[in-house]
Amino acid sequence: MKQVSTTINGQKYVGNAEPRTLLVYFLRDELGLTGTHIGCVVGKCGACSIIVDGKVVKSCMMFANQAEGADILTVEGLAQGSKLHPIQEAFWENHGLQCGYCTPGMLMASYYLLKENPKPTEEEIRRGIAGNLCMCTGYVNIVKAIKAASEKMQAGGQSQK
Amino acid sequence: MFTLFNMIPRAFEYYAPASVSEALSLLQKYGDESKVLAGGQSLVPLMKLRLVSPAHIIDIGRIPGLSYIKEEDNKIRIGALTTHHEVETSPVVKSKCMVLSEAESHVGDQQVRNRGTIGGSACHADPAADVPSVLVALDAEFKMTGSSGDRVVDARNFFQDIFTTDLRQNEILAEITVPALPPRSGSTYLKFERGAGDFAIVAVAAAVTLDQAGVCQDVRLGLAGVESIPLRALKAEEALKGKKPDDNAILEAAARASEQSKPSSDIRGSAEYKKEMVKVFVKRALKTALSRVS
Ligand SMILES: Cc1cc2nc3c(=O)[nH]c(=O)nc-3n(C[C@H](O)[C@H](O)[C@H](O)COP(=O)(O)OP(=O)(O)OC[C@H]3O[C@@H](n4cnc5c(N)ncnc54)[C@H](O)[C@@H]3O)c2cc1C
Ligand code: FES
Ligand code: FES
Repeated sequence: MKQVSTTINGQKYVGNAEPRTLLVYFLRDELGLTGTHIGCVVGKCGACSIIVDGKVVKSCMMFANQAEGADILTVEGLAQGSKLHPIQEAFWENHGLQCGYCTPGMLMASYYLLKENPKPTEEEIRRGIAGNLCMCTGYVNIVKAIKAASEKMQAGGQSQK
Repeated sequence: MFTLFNMIPRAFEYYAPASVSEALSLLQKYGDESKVLAGGQSLVPLMKLRLVSPAHIIDIGRIPGLSYIKEEDNKIRIGALTTHHEVETSPVVKSKCMVLSEAESHVGDQQVRNRGTIGGSACHADPAADVPSVLVALDAEFKMTGSSGDRVVDARNFFQDIFTTDLRQNEILAEITVPALPPRSGSTYLKFERGAGDFAIVAVAAAVTLDQAGVCQDVRLGLAGVESIPLRALKAEEALKGKKPDDNAILEAAARASEQSKPSSDIRGSAEYKKEMVKVFVKRALKTALSRVS
């Protein structure tokens, strides 16, 4: 066991992880942050996507030890109290989810996409979420939601955290 | 199929050396029992499937000074830990080596490109991967650092067999150098794939340089997915060198590239089909590269 300390959603977290423990299990089982989902565990579905040091990554493709000292944003960090993040609002309003399994990962991929490219075209949106699979929606409403989020954030002059 | 596997790697010891020399002494100490970890986008899956089970993992991912892109003397020097995303979006790479930027843009998805490194792709040496075929086409140079110093080999000697390179167990790949393409060059990377994030069925890296009269001064063709190593299609290059790149010359080059390819049949297609696709995609890639000559 090794001690791993990270900053998650602006808060310090310290926990123990075996070298072979994947970051996603560390977040969920050791730290109790179960917002991040586990789907395939082989890097194909994107359900486990989180932001590590400003970049979206799949947390099943990293060992917890590799995140020592990292600054992490998970889906739990998007809303401010009861105020949803504009991306979350847009997913809600545009039916960008059905069962919700893929949603935490989709939100984090969208968050990164809009940070890098605040006004993406439909093609750029589709490319941005290419690593995130959704079994329910057929993606149409997800793409719509990301478009709407982009507009909301432009209009609100909302600079992301 | 996933549930058939135990997705937890065998237990191992983890080290995060702060410098190259510290990493080298760990490699020396643990020998064949140890393995370098960079972005982990190839190694972590292999460990989960227990196809690779090193007792000691040496994480070089946070060693400073191994991630950079520098243009020098008509060359672009890229630190081994530079991520796919960083290479893809580098203005220098885009303007002087479009084929590499385009190949990087096809690697997996944004999450994979944010963690996976150019050096990791090279060392993993998957013959169907995107970056190695470009490195072979451009005859990139690989700088490896060991406890007895640095050595440099070219792509021809670096890629030796499927998943096998010239890198020694006690060395780290430090840098990859590609040429900045000269004026009047055009290049492209064309990937034929089943869907986003998959490896290529076949892919073509093409770069051409014309002289003032429009004659091919230099032609570079690299192929992915057609051999046990990324293939440099030298005979196809010869079909164009010193000639005007008209339709006949392009078709001859495409036919030779297809002849030289020895793909195997797998879930992505039969060998025969892939050979045919090499012909189609070499032709298209050459036309695109030529249309970009400026
Ligand atoms: C979902 C998914 C989709 C993908 N799709 C594609 C694709 O479409 N096309 C494609 O080309 N690739 C694809 N990849 C693979 C990706 O390109 C990897 O990033 C790359 O192959 C490995 O780079 P890495 O830094 O992650 O290396 P790691 O996984 O850390 O290491 C790979 C190997 O190289 C060795 N190594 C790494 N760096 C060094 C170094 N500096 N010195 C010595 N040894 C080193 C390691 O010991 C290991 O053996 C995909 C991966 C995933 C997970
Ligand atoms: S659980 Fe990580 S990509 Fe599927
Ligand atoms: S909403 Fe069910 S998987 Fe996407």
